[in-house]
Amino acid sequence: MANHTIAETIPMPYLEEKGLISWLTSTDHKRISILYLLSISTFFIVGGIAALLVRLELLTPGKTIVDAHTYNTLFTFHGTVMVFLFIVPGLAASFGNFLIPLMIGARDVAFPRLNLMSWYLYIAGAIIIIASLLQPADTGWTFYTPYSIRTGTDVILLTFGIFVAGFSSILTGLNFIVTIQKLRAPGMTWHRLPLFIWASYATAILQVLATPVIGISLLLLIAERVFGIGFFDPAKGGDPVLFQHFFWFYSHPAVYIMIIPAMGVISEIIPVFSRKPIFGYKAIAYSSLAIALISFLVWAHHMFTNGISQLAAMIFSFLTFLVAIPTAIKVFNWTATMYRGSIDLKSPMLYALSFIFLFTIGGLTGVFLAALAVDVHIHDTYFVVAHMHYVMIGGTVMGFLAALHFWYPKITGKMFNEKVAKIAWALIFIGFNVTFFPQFILGTEGMPRRYYDYMPKYQPLHELSTIGSWILAAGLFLMAINLIRGLSNGEKAPQNPYGSLSLEWQVPSPPPHENFEEIPYVTDWTYGYGKK
Amino acid sequence: MSLLPEAASDFAGKVDHIIWFVTVISLIFFILVSFFLVYFAIKYRRKKENEETPYITGSHILETLWTVIPSILLIIIFAYGFLVFREIKTPPSNTLEINVTGRQWLWQFKYDNGKTTINELRVPEGKPIRLVMKSEDVNHGFFVPAFRAKQDLMASMYTQLWFKATKIGTYDLFCTQYCGTGHSAMLGKVIVMSPEDYEKWEKSEEQVATGAPSAERGKELYVQRGCNACHSVDGTRIVGPTWKGLWGKEEVMQDGQKVTVDENYVRESILEPQAKIVNGYPPVMPSFKGVVSDEDISAIIAYMKTLK
Repeated sequence: MANHTIAETIPMPYLEEKGLISWLTSTDHKRISILYLLSISTFFIVGGIAALLVRLELLTPGKTIVDAHTYNTLFTFHGTVMVFLFIVPGLAASFGNFLIPLMIGARDVAFPRLNLMSWYLYIAGAIIIIASLLQPADTGWTFYTPYSIRTGTDVILLTFGIFVAGFSSILTGLNFIVTIQKLRAPGMTWHRLPLFIWASYATAILQVLATPVIGISLLLLIAERVFGIGFFDPAKGGDPVLFQHFFWFYSHPAVYIMIIPAMGVISEIIPVFSRKPIFGYKAIAYSSLAIALISFLVWAHHMFTNGISQLAAMIFSFLTFLVAIPTAIKVFNWTATMYRGSIDLKSPMLYALSFIFLFTIGGLTGVFLAALAVDVHIHDTYFVVAHMHYVMIGGTVMGFLAALHFWYPKITGKMFNEKVAKIAWALIFIGFNVTFFPQFILGTEGMPRRYYDYMPKYQPLHELSTIGSWILAAGLFLMAINLIRGLSNGEKAPQNPYGSLSLEWQVPSPPPHENFEEIPYVTDWTYGYGKK
Repeated sequence: MSLLPEAASDFAGKVDHIIWFVTVISLIFFILVSFFLVYFAIKYRRKKENEETPYITGSHILETLWTVIPSILLIIIFAYGFLVFREIKTPPSNTLEINVTGRQWLWQFKYDNGKTTINELRVPEGKPIRLVMKSEDVNHGFFVPAFRAKQDLMASMYTQLWFKATKIGTYDLFCTQYCGTGHSAMLGKVIVMSPEDYEKWEKSEEQVATGAPSAERGKELYVQRGCNACHSVDGTRIVGPTWKGLWGKEEVMQDGQKVTVDENYVRESILEPQAKIVNGYPPVMPSFKGVVSDEDISAIIAYMKTLK
């Protein structure tokens, strides 16, 4: 009978229950996190294939594999899927869901059923977006009017899919705000919170406040296409500039919805692998909120060449420079954290370091774009394409991969092959730079973005970029194979393989359903490495 | 390979100065950050488990320093960028005005004396030019890399762009605001001429002195007038019907009418494109009335005949 009592007292790991139905109806935040992880990874692959086709087409001027219209639908699909189905839900919905309750010492999020519903809304939106492939839109992911009103392709289905998926984002944000406000364990004061929580909180505020604006804008766009109401098309008395304001009022904060959680991940990983407290905790914590706040006030920096007034351009340029300051502070603080540490260059740390390295390039090239006179020259060129990919892949995706390798043992209860992980990291790092660095030069030389055909003088750099995309794809493929193999072949993960002090590492790997047998009482902050 | 295109307007050099200024500052920060990342990663690499590490949580002096110094530099870059921007955006009073119309997928330029050119902007060297621009359909972007000048064209309002070309030559003109299938074919040239040549060109009766309407001339016009944005000559479908094998073909129109492609059909299609629309194609072609002469049309027809 002794065995029986043990079985009763050891709580069941969250992965234990099998069967598709149990997964699709679970309200456990960790299982919902896995649902998100699998679905965003799927869409990352789908969007990635579109990207590889775009790069392949650009290998030579003129037609390489597809015609101009198909090319335009490919980059539209790539942008839409990557932005709205991968990177916006991205870290926030997947790792946010897994980590927030564990890190603050809660059994689940505040509204578990709403959490599951959010995932279903996301999937509903995703299905609609994929269905639009029957007659794929050719507007670019920005849907600028009046082109998006006049094109014969199916814009309505695509934008409606984004509209639906947006609710998932809003409800997840709401859920996280309430969770972080109300469910922190006793003793878990604001200034003891892991920085990933601060980042998630800032992101959630953006999701709740900004997402409705894109929803409304896209509804207006749909109304104009269906009922011919003149909001944005000058032929009907509308104003195309208004659409740009609406669009970027969401889509600029959205950039920070994508990057702030990744910054949170880096703030968690650097201290663990340096065995040092995070340098300047409060500066990093409050800079997340500062970035979130200022990000609402910089949207028109996407519009410096559309004819807005000099005064407006001046104000938006200034505010854009302002947002660079909290970002720079974070970079310096992460670097300083490593000073006199005991640095272990395991794969999560390698990804975290490449985040800092690449994100610094992404950030500094943003300074070029913020400087008004320079923006006139490089706006709408490949410079912008390179800049945004340095921030989104060099930043967010590196942060995502860092998180994937760091929390893999906790999520799966297994270890992956570290050597293969490092080889994959090297391929990804090299492939990424070979793909996107040449695009900065293409941009300063004047190569416009969204061009199906280009002048022969740009070909060598385009060739290099396309070759880079193959190296990058090979690295990502190897990385994925390694993590998948770890599930069946990997060793059993210990509770805390990397020696972290954060709460999620103080429960078994994988954590039990409801996380904590007893809600912990927190007496110190998360970063007490080396404290005597 | 150079990093920036040739500088051929008077503010291009100033823009390049800012670009180099920001590049130097960026490089300093980038090298600083990467140096410390690599240096720390090597110097403090974990040699054995359970190494002692110091408990350092921050430094007010350092954090203040690396907040204040970047802030000052950023404000300088902001001011520098804005001052030159103001110059780019404020035309002087003695400009030569040229009207620019953007439409899917060509550029049309109208000069003072009523001359019109397509995809070819002619300007005199050393004279400030002010372009008054408007789109006829969707958004377009007027971008001449050599001038470091860019301005969107909207259908809802006039926008303007000014520059002073400083070097005689021919420069690329791109559309930078995505405008649909023919976006990357919406190209043009800016031809900067000496003031004397410009005057001569301006006063000349014909737009181009041409000989007999030859197929070769038609081939030139095919590119100059922007036909190539929508009509291929190799059989591929871009926007409109390909010209390959078009001559003498029987086409079915939207209303079911059958039309043989002959001289008069081509002439009508160039001057009044909406009169007959081939079934399955969008009615998007603009009229070239007043833009191509009868001789040009004859040359284009001669060229079409060669595309079997």
